[in-house]
Amino acid sequence: MKHIKTLNEANLKNTAAKGGCGECQASCQSACKTSCTVANQKCERKSK
Amino acid sequence: MIHKYRLNGYNIVLDVHSGGVHVVDDLTYAMLNYITPPLEEQAPQSFYSDYFSDYSVEEIDECYEELYKLYHNGLLFSEDDYEQFSRQMVSSPIKAMCLHVAHDCNLRCNYCFASTGDFGHGRKLMTAETGKHAIDFLLEHSGDRHNLELDFFGGEPLMNFDVVKQVVEYARSKEKEYNKNFRFTITTNGMLLDDAKIDYINKEMSNVVLSLDGRKQVNDRMRPRVDGSGSYDKIVNRYRQLVGSRGDKDYYVRGTFTKYNLDFSKDVLHINDLGFDQLSVEPVVAKPEEDYALTEQDLPAIFNEYEHLAKEIINRKKKGSGINFFHFMIDLNQGPCAIKRLRGCGCGNEYVAVTPEGDIYPCHQFVGMEEWKMGNIDEGTLDLEKKDYFSKTTIYDKPECKNCWAKFYCSGGCNANNLQYAGSVFHPHELSCELEKKRLECAIMIKAALADQEDQND
Repeated sequence: MKHIKTLNEANLKNTAAKGGCGECQASCQSACKTSCTVANQKCERKSK
Repeated sequence: MIHKYRLNGYNIVLDVHSGGVHVVDDLTYAMLNYITPPLEEQAPQSFYSDYFSDYSVEEIDECYEELYKLYHNGLLFSEDDYEQFSRQMVSSPIKAMCLHVAHDCNLRCNYCFASTGDFGHGRKLMTAETGKHAIDFLLEHSGDRHNLELDFFGGEPLMNFDVVKQVVEYARSKEKEYNKNFRFTITTNGMLLDDAKIDYINKEMSNVVLSLDGRKQVNDRMRPRVDGSGSYDKIVNRYRQLVGSRGDKDYYVRGTFTKYNLDFSKDVLHINDLGFDQLSVEPVVAKPEEDYALTEQDLPAIFNEYEHLAKEIINRKKKGSGINFFHFMIDLNQGPCAIKRLRGCGCGNEYVAVTPEGDIYPCHQFVGMEEWKMGNIDEGTLDLEKKDYFSKTTIYDKPECKNCWAKFYCSGGCNANNLQYAGSVFHPHELSCELEKKRLECAIMIKAALADQEDQND
Protein backbone atom coordinates (compact mmCIF):
# COMPACT_ATOMS: atom_id res chain seq x y z
CA MET A 1 0.00 0.00 0.00
CA LYS A 2 1.14 3.50 -0.77
CA HIS A 3 -0.40 5.52 2.04
CA ILE A 4 -0.50 2.99 4.84
CA LYS A 5 2.20 0.73 6.23
CA THR A 6 0.94 -2.03 8.52
CA LEU A 7 3.58 -3.06 11.04
CA ASN A 8 2.26 -6.47 12.00
CA GLU A 9 0.63 -9.49 10.45
CA ALA A 10 -0.99 -11.19 13.40
CA ASN A 11 -4.63 -10.70 14.27
CA LEU A 12 -5.25 -10.86 17.99
CA LYS A 13 -8.69 -12.39 17.41
CA ASN A 14 -7.16 -15.57 16.01
CA THR A 15 -5.43 -16.14 19.34
CA ALA A 16 -8.62 -15.98 21.39
CA ALA A 17 -10.00 -19.34 20.34
CA LYS A 18 -6.65 -21.15 20.44
CA GLY A 19 -4.99 -19.38 23.36
CA GLY A 20 -4.93 -19.80 27.08
CA CYS A 21 -2.40 -22.61 27.55
CA GLY A 22 -1.11 -20.75 30.62
CA GLU A 23 2.56 -21.60 30.13
CA CYS A 24 3.81 -18.06 29.61
CA GLN A 25 5.46 -16.10 32.38
CA ALA A 26 3.40 -14.31 35.01
CA SER A 27 4.15 -10.66 34.32
CA CYS A 28 5.27 -9.84 37.84
CA GLN A 29 7.87 -12.60 37.69
CA SER A 30 9.91 -10.84 35.04
CA ALA A 31 10.89 -7.45 36.32
CA CYS A 32 8.03 -5.26 37.28
CA LYS A 33 6.61 -6.16 40.69
CA THR A 34 4.86 -2.80 40.83
CA SER A 35 3.42 -1.99 37.44
CA CYS A 36 1.50 -4.57 35.50
CA THR A 37 2.44 -4.92 31.86
CA VAL A 38 1.16 -8.08 30.25
CA ALA A 39 1.74 -7.48 26.54
CA ASN A 40 5.51 -7.77 26.81
CA GLN A 41 5.47 -11.43 27.77
CA LYS A 42 6.48 -14.06 25.23
CA CYS A 43 3.97 -16.63 24.01
CA GLU A 44 5.21 -20.07 25.02
CA ARG A 45 2.76 -22.22 23.13
CA LYS A 46 5.37 -23.33 20.59
CA SER A 47 7.85 -24.36 23.22
CA LYS A 48 5.35 -26.35 25.25
CA MET B 1 -12.28 1.06 18.31
CA ILE B 2 -9.11 2.72 17.11
CA HIS B 3 -6.49 4.84 18.85
CA LYS B 4 -4.53 7.27 16.75
CA TYR B 5 -1.73 9.60 17.69
CA ARG B 6 1.22 11.48 16.26
CA LEU B 7 4.64 11.01 17.78
CA ASN B 8 8.16 11.74 16.55
CA GLY B 9 6.89 12.44 13.04
CA TYR B 10 4.81 9.27 12.74
CA ASN B 11 1.04 9.06 12.37
CA ILE B 12 0.13 5.87 14.16
CA VAL B 13 -3.20 4.05 14.16
CA LEU B 14 -3.86 1.15 16.49
CA ASP B 15 -6.86 -1.02 15.80
CA VAL B 16 -7.65 -2.13 19.32
CA HIS B 17 -9.52 -5.39 18.80
CA SER B 18 -7.35 -6.91 16.07
CA GLY B 19 -4.10 -5.52 17.45
CA GLY B 20 -3.29 -4.13 13.98
CA VAL B 21 -0.80 -1.26 13.98
CA HIS B 22 -0.64 1.05 10.98
CA VAL B 23 1.58 3.99 10.11
CA VAL B 24 -0.30 6.31 7.78
CA ASP B 25 0.36 9.50 5.81
CA ASP B 26 -1.15 12.87 6.72
CA LEU B 27 -4.17 12.72 4.45
CA THR B 28 -5.12 9.22 5.55
CA TYR B 29 -4.66 10.25 9.18
CA ALA B 30 -6.93 13.25 8.70
CA MET B 31 -9.60 11.12 7.03
CA LEU B 32 -9.90 9.06 10.17
CA ASN B 33 -11.27 12.14 11.95
CA TYR B 34 -14.40 11.84 9.83
CA ILE B 35 -14.90 8.10 9.57
CA THR B 36 -16.99 5.91 11.82
CA PRO B 37 -17.89 2.30 11.17
CA PRO B 38 -19.53 0.75 9.26
CA LEU B 39 -17.50 1.98 6.28
CA GLU B 40 -19.00 2.30 2.82
CA GLU B 41 -16.95 1.16 -0.15
CA GLN B 42 -16.87 4.69 -1.56
CA ALA B 43 -15.48 7.68 0.29
CA PRO B 44 -18.12 10.09 1.63
CA GLN B 45 -19.01 12.85 -0.81
CA SER B 46 -17.98 15.46 1.77
CA PHE B 47 -14.35 14.34 1.42
CA TYR B 48 -14.25 15.66 -2.15
CA SER B 49 -16.47 18.69 -1.75
CA ASP B 50 -15.56 19.85 1.70
CA TYR B 51 -12.95 18.36 4.05
CA PHE B 52 -10.25 17.48 1.53
CA SER B 53 -11.15 19.65 -1.44
CA ASP B 54 -7.51 20.76 -1.69
CA TYR B 55 -6.52 17.22 -2.66
CA SER B 56 -7.09 15.53 -6.03
CA VAL B 57 -9.86 12.98 -6.44
CA GLU B 58 -7.20 10.33 -7.16
CA GLU B 59 -5.38 10.99 -3.89
CA ILE B 60 -8.58 10.86 -1.87
CA ASP B 61 -9.67 7.66 -3.62
CA GLU B 62 -6.30 5.99 -3.06
CA CYS B 63 -6.19 6.73 0.64
CA TYR B 64 -9.78 5.77 1.23
CA GLU B 65 -9.41 2.54 -0.71
CA GLU B 66 -6.50 1.55 1.48
CA LEU B 67 -8.48 2.32 4.63
CA TYR B 68 -11.43 0.37 3.31
CA LYS B 69 -9.18 -2.60 2.54
CA LEU B 70 -7.97 -2.68 6.14
CA TYR B 71 -11.53 -2.40 7.37
CA HIS B 72 -12.65 -5.20 5.06
CA ASN B 73 -9.79 -7.41 6.29
CA GLY B 74 -10.67 -6.86 9.94
CA LEU B 75 -7.68 -4.67 10.74
CA LEU B 76 -9.49 -1.37 11.22
CA PHE B 77 -12.56 -0.71 13.36
CA SER B 78 -12.68 -4.44 14.07
CA GLU B 79 -15.46 -5.51 16.39
CA ASP B 80 -15.13 -6.19 20.08
CA ASP B 81 -16.22 -9.80 20.40
CA TYR B 82 -13.99 -10.80 23.31
CA GLU B 83 -16.49 -10.63 26.11
CA GLN B 84 -17.65 -14.19 25.38
CA PHE B 85 -14.11 -15.39 26.19
CA SER B 86 -13.85 -13.42 29.40
CA ARG B 87 -17.06 -15.09 30.56
CA GLN B 88 -15.40 -18.46 30.14
CA MET B 89 -12.73 -17.57 32.66
CA VAL B 90 -12.27 -20.20 35.32
CA SER B 91 -9.86 -20.67 38.16
CA SER B 92 -6.44 -21.56 36.84
CA PRO B 93 -3.82 -23.87 38.27
CA ILE B 94 -1.35 -22.01 40.50
CA LYS B 95 1.94 -21.99 38.63
CA ALA B 96 3.82 -18.92 39.81
CA MET B 97 4.92 -17.94 43.28
CA CYS B 98 6.71 -15.07 44.96
CA LEU B 99 8.55 -16.66 47.88
CA HIS B 100 9.38 -14.17 50.61
CA VAL B 101 12.35 -15.98 52.09
CA ALA B 102 13.37 -12.96 54.17
CA HIS B 103 11.20 -10.30 55.72
CA ASP B 104 14.31 -8.42 56.61
CA CYS B 105 16.54 -6.10 54.65
CA ASN B 106 19.98 -4.48 54.84
CA LEU B 107 18.85 -1.35 53.03
CA ARG B 108 16.35 1.26 54.17
CA CYS B 109 14.88 2.38 50.86
CA ASN B 110 12.60 5.34 51.44
CA TYR B 111 9.89 4.17 49.06
CA CYS B 112 9.80 0.51 50.12
CA PHE B 113 6.28 -0.91 49.89
CA ALA B 114 7.45 -3.62 52.29
CA SER B 115 8.02 -1.14 55.16
CA THR B 116 11.84 -1.55 54.84
CA GLY B 117 11.54 -5.29 54.49
CA ASP B 118 9.26 -6.58 57.23
CA PHE B 119 5.88 -5.70 55.67
CA GLY B 120 4.90 -4.23 59.01
CA HIS B 121 4.93 -7.61 60.74
CA GLY B 122 8.40 -7.91 62.25
CA ARG B 123 11.71 -9.08 60.80
CA LYS B 124 11.72 -12.78 60.06
CA LEU B 125 13.44 -15.38 57.87
CA MET B 126 11.67 -18.32 56.24
CA THR B 127 12.69 -21.81 57.38
CA ALA B 128 13.79 -24.41 54.84
CA GLU B 129 10.82 -26.51 55.90
CA THR B 130 8.29 -23.82 54.96
CA GLY B 131 10.18 -23.22 51.70
CA LYS B 132 9.91 -26.90 50.83
CA HIS B 133 6.23 -26.88 51.73
CA ALA B 134 5.84 -24.03 49.25
CA ILE B 135 7.35 -26.24 46.53
CA ASP B 136 4.98 -29.06 47.51
CA PHE B 137 2.10 -26.59 47.31
CA LEU B 138 3.09 -25.55 43.78
CA LEU B 139 3.47 -29.16 42.67
CA GLU B 140 0.06 -29.97 44.12
CA HIS B 141 -1.81 -26.97 42.72
CA SER B 142 -0.18 -26.51 39.30
CA GLY B 143 -2.27 -29.10 37.44
CA ASP B 144 -0.93 -29.70 33.96
CA ARG B 145 1.21 -26.56 33.83
CA HIS B 146 4.73 -27.59 32.92
CA ASN B 147 6.61 -24.37 33.59
CA LEU B 148 6.53 -23.32 37.24
CA GLU B 149 7.95 -19.96 38.26
CA LEU B 150 9.33 -19.12 41.62
CA ASP B 151 10.78 -15.74 42.53
CA PHE B 152 12.93 -15.49 45.63
CA PHE B 153 11.91 -12.19 47.09
CA GLY B 154 12.03 -10.28 50.32
CA GLY B 155 12.98 -8.12 52.01
CA GLU B 156 16.37 -9.16 50.79
CA PRO B 157 16.55 -12.85 49.82
CA LEU B 158 20.35 -13.04 50.01
CA MET B 159 19.97 -12.64 53.79
CA ASN B 160 18.59 -16.18 53.77
CA PHE B 161 20.62 -17.70 50.97
CA ASP B 162 21.06 -21.14 52.54
CA VAL B 163 17.30 -21.57 52.48
CA VAL B 164 17.21 -20.37 48.86
CA LYS B 165 19.69 -23.12 47.97
CA GLN B 166 17.80 -25.78 49.89
CA VAL B 167 14.53 -24.83 48.22
CA VAL B 168 16.12 -24.91 44.76
CA GLU B 169 17.69 -28.30 45.46
CA TYR B 170 14.39 -29.69 46.73
CA ALA B 171 12.46 -28.37 43.70
CA ARG B 172 15.02 -29.78 41.25
CA SER B 173 14.75 -33.17 42.95
CA LYS B 174 11.02 -33.21 42.16
CA GLU B 175 11.09 -31.98 38.54
CA LYS B 176 11.41 -35.36 36.86
CA GLU B 177 8.88 -37.15 39.02
CA TYR B 178 6.24 -34.47 38.46
CA ASN B 179 7.25 -33.57 34.87
CA LYS B 180 7.76 -29.92 35.79
CA ASN B 181 10.30 -27.29 34.81
CA PHE B 182 11.11 -24.84 37.60
CA ARG B 183 12.20 -21.38 36.55
CA PHE B 184 13.78 -19.50 39.40
CA THR B 185 14.22 -15.77 39.67
CA ILE B 186 15.86 -13.83 42.45
CA THR B 187 15.25 -10.15 43.15
CA THR B 188 18.14 -8.66 45.09
CA ASN B 189 19.62 -5.36 46.20
CA GLY B 190 23.09 -6.80 45.61
CA MET B 191 24.59 -5.89 48.97
CA LEU B 192 25.49 -9.48 49.89
CA LEU B 193 26.58 -10.69 46.47
CA ASP B 194 29.91 -12.50 46.48
CA ASP B 195 31.69 -14.84 44.06
CA ALA B 196 29.97 -17.97 45.32
CA LYS B 197 26.47 -16.46 45.27
CA ILE B 198 27.04 -15.03 41.80
CA ASP B 199 28.10 -18.45 40.49
CA TYR B 200 25.10 -20.09 42.09
CA ILE B 201 22.62 -17.50 40.80
CA ASN B 202 24.02 -17.71 37.28
CA LYS B 203 23.75 -21.48 37.35
CA GLU B 204 20.29 -21.88 38.86
CA MET B 205 18.27 -18.73 38.27
CA SER B 206 16.70 -18.27 34.85
CA ASN B 207 16.23 -14.58 35.62
CA VAL B 208 17.77 -12.22 38.13
CA VAL B 209 16.50 -8.76 39.03
CA LEU B 210 19.19 -6.40 40.29
CA SER B 211 18.01 -3.24 42.02
CA LEU B 212 19.68 0.05 41.08
CA ASP B 213 17.95 3.38 40.59
CA GLY B 214 20.48 5.01 38.27
CA ARG B 215 22.96 7.80 38.95
CA LYS B 216 24.86 7.53 42.22
CA GLN B 217 23.22 10.53 43.87
CA VAL B 218 19.76 9.40 42.78
CA ASN B 219 20.29 5.82 43.93
CA ASP B 220 21.90 6.71 47.24
CA ARG B 221 19.24 9.25 48.18
CA MET B 222 16.48 6.64 48.05
CA ARG B 223 18.42 3.43 48.66
CA PRO B 224 20.61 4.02 51.74
CA ARG B 225 22.08 1.38 54.01
CA VAL B 226 20.94 1.05 57.61
CA ASP B 227 23.68 3.52 58.67
CA GLY B 228 22.51 6.04 56.09
CA SER B 229 25.42 5.63 53.67
CA GLY B 230 24.77 4.86 50.01
CA SER B 231 24.62 1.48 48.29
CA TYR B 232 25.74 2.42 44.75
CA ASP B 233 29.49 1.93 45.15
CA LYS B 234 29.07 -1.45 46.74
CA ILE B 235 26.74 -2.97 44.17
CA VAL B 236 27.64 -1.68 40.70
CA ASN B 237 30.83 -3.71 40.30
CA ARG B 238 29.13 -6.80 41.69
CA TYR B 239 26.34 -6.39 39.13
CA ARG B 240 28.92 -6.07 36.38
CA GLN B 241 30.60 -9.24 37.56
CA LEU B 242 27.30 -11.11 37.71
CA VAL B 243 26.07 -9.96 34.31
CA GLY B 244 29.51 -10.42 32.74
CA SER B 245 29.55 -14.09 33.67
CA ARG B 246 25.87 -14.78 33.04
CA GLY B 247 25.94 -15.68 29.35
CA ASP B 248 22.61 -15.49 27.57
CA LYS B 249 20.41 -15.90 30.60
CA ASP B 250 17.89 -13.21 31.43
CA TYR B 251 18.55 -10.42 33.86
CA TYR B 252 17.18 -6.97 34.55
CA VAL B 253 18.80 -4.06 36.26
CA ARG B 254 15.72 -2.56 37.82
CA GLY B 255 15.20 0.86 39.29
CA THR B 256 12.44 3.06 40.57
CA PHE B 257 11.96 6.72 39.71
CA THR B 258 10.25 9.26 41.94
CA LYS B 259 9.41 12.94 42.00
CA TYR B 260 13.06 13.49 42.99
CA ASN B 261 14.31 12.35 39.58
CA LEU B 262 11.72 13.35 37.04
CA ASP B 263 14.67 13.42 34.61
CA PHE B 264 14.83 9.64 34.95
CA SER B 265 15.81 9.09 31.33
CA LYS B 266 19.29 10.14 32.52
CA ASP B 267 19.18 7.29 35.02
CA VAL B 268 18.15 4.75 32.41
CA LEU B 269 20.93 5.92 30.10
CA HIS B 270 23.39 5.98 32.98
CA ILE B 271 22.65 2.33 33.75
CA ASN B 272 23.11 1.54 30.06
CA ASP B 273 26.43 3.43 30.07
CA LEU B 274 27.54 1.26 33.00
CA GLY B 275 27.34 -1.68 30.59
CA PHE B 276 23.86 -3.06 31.21
CA ASP B 277 21.34 -3.40 28.39
CA GLN B 278 18.40 -5.21 30.05
CA LEU B 279 16.74 -2.45 32.02
CA SER B 280 13.59 -1.63 33.85
CA VAL B 281 13.10 1.70 35.58
CA GLU B 282 9.60 2.08 36.91
CA PRO B 283 7.45 4.76 38.50
CA VAL B 284 7.26 4.69 42.28
CA VAL B 285 3.94 3.63 43.70
CA ALA B 286 3.25 5.64 46.83
CA LYS B 287 0.65 7.48 48.83
CA PRO B 288 0.08 10.94 47.30
CA GLU B 289 1.12 12.69 50.55
CA GLU B 290 4.70 11.39 50.35
CA ASP B 291 7.23 13.99 49.15
CA TYR B 292 8.61 11.61 46.55
CA ALA B 293 5.20 10.45 45.22
CA LEU B 294 4.35 11.06 41.60
CA THR B 295 1.22 13.12 41.07
CA GLU B 296 -0.90 14.26 38.18
CA GLN B 297 1.09 17.50 37.97
CA ASP B 298 4.18 15.46 37.11
CA LEU B 299 2.62 13.81 34.08
CA PRO B 300 3.80 16.31 31.43
CA ALA B 301 7.40 16.04 32.66
CA ILE B 302 7.22 12.24 32.78
CA PHE B 303 5.68 12.07 29.30
CA ASN B 304 8.53 14.21 27.98
CA GLU B 305 11.03 11.90 29.60
CA TYR B 306 9.47 8.80 28.08
CA GLU B 307 9.52 10.44 24.65
CA HIS B 308 13.11 11.53 25.10
CA LEU B 309 14.09 8.05 26.22
CA ALA B 310 12.29 6.43 23.28
CA LYS B 311 14.15 8.66 20.82
CA GLU B 312 17.48 7.96 22.49
CA ILE B 313 16.80 4.21 22.38
CA ILE B 314 16.18 4.53 18.63
CA ASN B 315 19.45 6.49 18.25
CA ARG B 316 21.43 3.91 20.17
CA LYS B 317 19.84 1.08 18.23
CA LYS B 318 20.82 2.75 14.96
CA LYS B 319 24.38 2.95 16.21
CA GLY B 320 24.29 -0.76 16.95
CA SER B 321 23.92 -0.75 20.70
CA GLY B 322 20.60 -1.75 22.14
CA ILE B 323 18.67 -1.04 25.29
CA ASN B 324 15.94 -3.48 26.13
CA PHE B 325 13.74 -1.25 28.27
CA PHE B 326 11.13 -3.44 29.97
CA HIS B 327 8.28 -1.00 29.64
CA PHE B 328 8.93 -0.44 25.94
CA MET B 329 9.10 -4.15 25.15
CA ILE B 330 6.34 -5.08 22.76
CA ASP B 331 6.09 -7.80 20.17
CA LEU B 332 3.42 -6.82 17.69
CA ASN B 333 3.38 -10.24 16.02
CA GLN B 334 4.10 -12.90 18.62
CA GLY B 335 2.95 -11.41 21.90
CA PRO B 336 0.73 -13.18 24.38
CA CYS B 337 -2.62 -14.57 23.27
CA ALA B 338 -5.90 -12.73 23.78
CA ILE B 339 -6.83 -15.02 26.68
CA LYS B 340 -3.72 -14.03 28.61
CA ARG B 341 -4.42 -10.37 27.87
CA LEU B 342 -7.99 -10.70 29.11
CA ARG B 343 -6.90 -12.31 32.35
CA GLY B 344 -4.24 -9.83 33.31
CA CYS B 345 -1.50 -10.40 35.85
CA GLY B 346 -3.06 -13.53 37.34
CA CYS B 347 -2.52 -12.52 40.95
CA GLY B 348 -4.49 -14.57 43.47
CA ASN B 349 -5.40 -17.03 40.73
CA GLU B 350 -2.31 -18.41 39.01
CA TYR B 351 0.20 -16.38 41.01
CA VAL B 352 0.51 -16.09 44.80
CA ALA B 353 2.97 -14.79 47.38
CA VAL B 354 4.10 -16.74 50.45
CA THR B 355 5.53 -15.11 53.58
CA PRO B 356 8.16 -16.48 56.01
CA GLU B 357 5.26 -17.62 58.21
CA GLY B 358 3.85 -19.60 55.29
CA ASP B 359 0.90 -17.25 54.82
CA ILE B 360 -0.48 -17.08 51.29
CA TYR B 361 -1.47 -13.74 49.73
CA PRO B 362 -2.71 -12.88 46.22
CA CYS B 363 0.64 -11.26 45.43
CA HIS B 364 3.67 -9.66 47.07
CA GLN B 365 1.93 -6.29 47.26
CA PHE B 366 -1.00 -7.69 49.25
CA VAL B 367 1.33 -9.15 51.89
CA GLY B 368 0.46 -7.85 55.34
CA MET B 369 -3.17 -6.99 54.48
CA GLU B 370 -4.84 -9.51 56.78
CA GLU B 371 -8.21 -9.32 55.06
CA TRP B 372 -6.62 -10.57 51.83
CA LYS B 373 -4.79 -13.54 53.33
CA MET B 374 -5.68 -16.66 51.35
CA GLY B 375 -4.39 -19.45 53.58
CA ASN B 376 -1.22 -20.97 54.95
CA ILE B 377 1.30 -23.30 53.33
CA ASP B 378 2.26 -25.13 56.53
CA GLU B 379 -1.36 -25.58 57.60
CA GLY B 380 -2.42 -26.72 54.12
CA THR B 381 -5.22 -24.17 53.82
CA LEU B 382 -6.29 -22.24 50.71
CA ASP B 383 -9.31 -19.97 50.42
CA LEU B 384 -10.82 -21.02 47.09
CA GLU B 385 -13.44 -18.29 47.26
CA LYS B 386 -10.72 -15.64 47.18
CA LYS B 387 -8.99 -17.48 44.36
CA ASP B 388 -12.24 -17.52 42.44
CA TYR B 389 -12.69 -13.79 43.12
CA PHE B 390 -9.33 -13.04 41.51
CA SER B 391 -10.05 -15.32 38.55
CA LYS B 392 -12.85 -12.90 37.67
CA THR B 393 -10.79 -9.74 37.52
CA THR B 394 -10.55 -9.65 33.74
CA ILE B 395 -10.54 -6.46 31.71
CA TYR B 396 -14.22 -7.02 30.98
CA ASP B 397 -14.94 -7.00 34.71
CA LYS B 398 -13.37 -3.53 35.03
CA PRO B 399 -15.75 -0.88 33.70
CA GLU B 400 -13.09 1.73 32.92
CA CYS B 401 -10.91 -0.85 31.15
CA LYS B 402 -13.57 -2.29 28.92
CA ASN B 403 -13.59 0.74 26.63
CA CYS B 404 -9.94 1.72 26.95
CA TRP B 405 -7.70 1.45 23.90
CA ALA B 406 -4.81 0.12 26.00
CA LYS B 407 -6.73 -2.77 27.55
CA PHE B 408 -4.95 -5.55 25.66
CA TYR B 409 -1.51 -4.26 26.71
CA CYS B 410 -1.76 -3.57 30.43
CA SER B 411 -4.67 -6.00 30.90
CA GLY B 412 -6.34 -4.02 33.64
CA GLY B 413 -3.29 -2.85 35.53
CA CYS B 414 -1.93 -3.91 38.89
CA ASN B 415 -4.77 -5.18 41.10
CA ALA B 416 -2.90 -4.22 44.27
CA ASN B 417 -2.33 -0.65 43.06
CA ASN B 418 -5.96 -0.47 41.99
CA LEU B 419 -7.08 -1.51 45.45
CA GLN B 420 -4.71 0.76 47.36
CA TYR B 421 -5.06 3.89 45.25
CA ALA B 422 -8.38 3.60 43.42
CA GLY B 423 -10.24 1.82 46.21
CA SER B 424 -11.06 -1.41 44.37
CA VAL B 425 -9.42 -4.18 42.41
CA PHE B 426 -12.00 -3.42 39.72
CA HIS B 427 -11.15 0.25 39.24
CA PRO B 428 -7.80 1.07 37.67
CA HIS B 429 -5.40 3.51 39.31
CA GLU B 430 -5.70 6.44 36.95
CA LEU B 431 -2.17 7.79 37.27
CA SER B 432 -0.78 4.35 36.46
CA CYS B 433 -3.10 4.19 33.44
CA GLU B 434 -1.82 7.49 32.08
CA LEU B 435 1.79 6.36 32.40
CA GLU B 436 1.03 3.00 30.83
CA LYS B 437 -0.69 4.59 27.86
CA LYS B 438 2.22 6.94 27.25
CA ARG B 439 4.71 4.08 27.43
CA LEU B 440 2.66 2.09 24.93
CA GLU B 441 2.56 4.99 22.52
CA CYS B 442 6.33 5.27 22.78
CA ALA B 443 6.86 1.51 22.42
CA ILE B 444 4.78 1.37 19.25
CA MET B 445 6.50 4.47 17.88
CA ILE B 446 9.89 2.79 18.38
CA LYS B 447 8.63 -0.12 16.26
CA ALA B 448 7.50 2.33 13.57
CA ALA B 449 10.89 4.08 13.57
CA LEU B 450 12.84 0.83 13.39
CA ALA B 451 10.62 -0.43 10.56
CA ASP B 452 11.25 2.86 8.79
CA GLN B 453 14.97 2.38 9.25
CA GLU B 454 14.79 -1.13 7.78
CA ASP B 455 12.92 0.19 4.74
CA GLN B 456 15.61 2.81 4.21
CA ASN B 457 18.32 0.18 4.41
CA ASP B 458 16.61 -2.07 1.84
